Amino acid sequence: MSTEMQKPPFKSGVLRWIDERLPVLTWAYNELVVYPAPRNLNYWWNFGSLAGIMLVVQIMTGVILVMFYTPHADLAFDSVEGYIMRDVNWGWLLRYIHANGASMFFALVYIHIFRGLYYGSYKKPRELLWILGVVILLLMMATAFMGYVLPWGNMSYWAATVITNLFSAIPLVGEPLVTWLWGGFTVDNPTLQRFFSLHYLLPFVIFAMVFLHLLALHQFGSNNPLGIDLSKKDKIPFHPYYTVKDVFGFCVFLLVYGYFVFYAPTAFISPTNFIPADPLQTPTHIVPEWYFLPFYAILRAITFDFLWIVPAKLGGVIAMFASIFVLFFLPWLDTSKVRSARFRPIYKWFFWLLVIDVLVLGWAGANPPEGWYLVAAQLGTLYYFLHFLVILPMLGKIERPLPLPTSLSDPVLRGTRSQPAS
Amino acid sequence: MRRMLIVSLAAFALAGTPGDTRAAEGARPLDRDWPQEGIFGTFDRAALQRGFQVFKEVCAACHAAKYLRFRDLAGIGLDQQTIKAIASEYTVLDGPDDSGEMFERPAKPFDVFPSPFPNPQAARAANGGALPVDLSLIVKAREGGDDYIYSLLVGYSDPPEGEEGLEGAYYNRYFPGGWIAMPPPLSDDIIEYADGTPATVEQMAADVTQFLAWLAEPELEERKQLGLKFMLFVLVMTGIFYAYKRRVWSRLH
Repeated sequence: MSTEMQKPPFKSGVLRWIDERLPVLTWAYNELVVYPAPRNLNYWWNFGSLAGIMLVVQIMTGVILVMFYTPHADLAFDSVEGYIMRDVNWGWLLRYIHANGASMFFALVYIHIFRGLYYGSYKKPRELLWILGVVILLLMMATAFMGYVLPWGNMSYWAATVITNLFSAIPLVGEPLVTWLWGGFTVDNPTLQRFFSLHYLLPFVIFAMVFLHLLALHQFGSNNPLGIDLSKKDKIPFHPYYTVKDVFGFCVFLLVYGYFVFYAPTAFISPTNFIPADPLQTPTHIVPEWYFLPFYAILRAITFDFLWIVPAKLGGVIAMFASIFVLFFLPWLDTSKVRSARFRPIYKWFFWLLVIDVLVLGWAGANPPEGWYLVAAQLGTLYYFLHFLVILPMLGKIERPLPLPTSLSDPVLRGTRSQPAS
Repeated sequence: MRRMLIVSLAAFALAGTPGDTRAAEGARPLDRDWPQEGIFGTFDRAALQRGFQVFKEVCAACHAAKYLRFRDLAGIGLDQQTIKAIASEYTVLDGPDDSGEMFERPAKPFDVFPSPFPNPQAARAANGGALPVDLSLIVKAREGGDDYIYSLLVGYSDPPEGEEGLEGAYYNRYFPGGWIAMPPPLSDDIIEYADGTPATVEQMAADVTQFLAWLAEPELEERKQLGLKFMLFVLVMTGIFYAYKRRVWSRLH
């Protein structure tokens, strides 16, 4: 929150009366209208608000879909494919907005995360902002996974089986834990029903986390492409500058989203998921949704026992969870004081190597864990952890950053006579 | 920055590739042009109606389509009278009536197209242990979609020299593993088309594939029409907001 609260210019006495007793309007005015934002944000800064909009779209379509969906192992598939897709007015549209919305949401969030990585947005004083973001990512993964199970197609069923089975790798308590998670001795109706319950609950937890994420963001304001702390004169009010820029970005995003919803609605859905769940018919290759593929590759990359104590399966599970949990420590693993990669000539290269590494992991995850795919997954996994645990801590010590500008007007406005409009 | 965009798009493209069931088994399906393909593609009503005839007279002898109701046939261009007439050719079990008895009656437009077998066990028993799959979603449920279904229907042949056959199975090069339990369903002139089109295997396969594509995605035409309006609207809004954004931001310089 900004320290000084400005009163909105009320035209209506009623609004003023309300605001004196419940200062929500003052709050909204300060956080959404006059909120000072860096004037040099580029389009990579659009993705946070886009992801926020996507969360709302998912909740809204989800709430309506629930009115027609039946969470029961015998009825779920029919309620989606036989009822929502065919008999419910605009049911197909809601379902395709929601199903493709998950993919869009992840795409936006991944770009948002890589933007943070490139410009060092996780560094002091924004460590908690970043950590809340990682919490949101984890919650999104749980929500998306459980949502994918709900149509009760065959890939839903086997994805649920494979992923819940991961917990059986935990020593001693693994097997009873999995039975407890399933609510039985196999993935079945009780599993579906608890996934349904949690799939409805978690988005609201995400919503609360997004609120905290914004609270933490507004404490120090957005980072910016230069990664330097900006003075007041280098900031502009959020409205109208960034509201209009966000709306324009949203329109461009809608063109991509609309293409998938209307012209390639099943592009992200495995054909196997149009076959009803069948415990006796294992798909040839069990593959998760694209947004899980890099993590899936890491999971399957560990094909050997560690030091005779950690069996390969447990090793894979640990590696997969570690690949996300390592992000919690990123603000301290990156020892460089300079935020933006623009002024970090070596880090810039390692950033792109990490992007390539994650893409390679995704490609390996889409393919069976054998031959070159497995080698790629193993090298990719090794490099992923090297990047965060070895390269970043060392790079901060040995890299000589380029000289930082002292203010925005320094590099941008030098030589011109114009002044900020505010 | 442009490089970053290209990389993200590449990630998208890569990610969109479905990895499952892309196993090496089964020949690559024939790539046919279908009228329902593409952004402006629509179904060919005449082909859908011929396809329905193939479905009704050939496929439906063994396969169910539990999401097909007679009334849905309006979507392939049949009028209410024809739909009622087609429905009344079938008997369905209804009830219980006021005395608690189940009874049979002619099917009505709101009924589901009757399954040829009362349960999966009966279906297996009548088909040498193999279960004829429900065809409602078959085009969406197979890698390759309509191309695969068409290829499978025309893909029966004698096995390659020296290939060991499977008991009760037929060689089909497009089927994963090469041996399928379904006997070749189509042969020339197995049906007589109402519109007089010569009923060759290729013709019937193409027609029924289009019918099954419609059955899997009956919303396809509505979806694309709405999509066109949506995209044009958003395109205009994009232009307006781009201009507006430029104008608002020009105050800063």
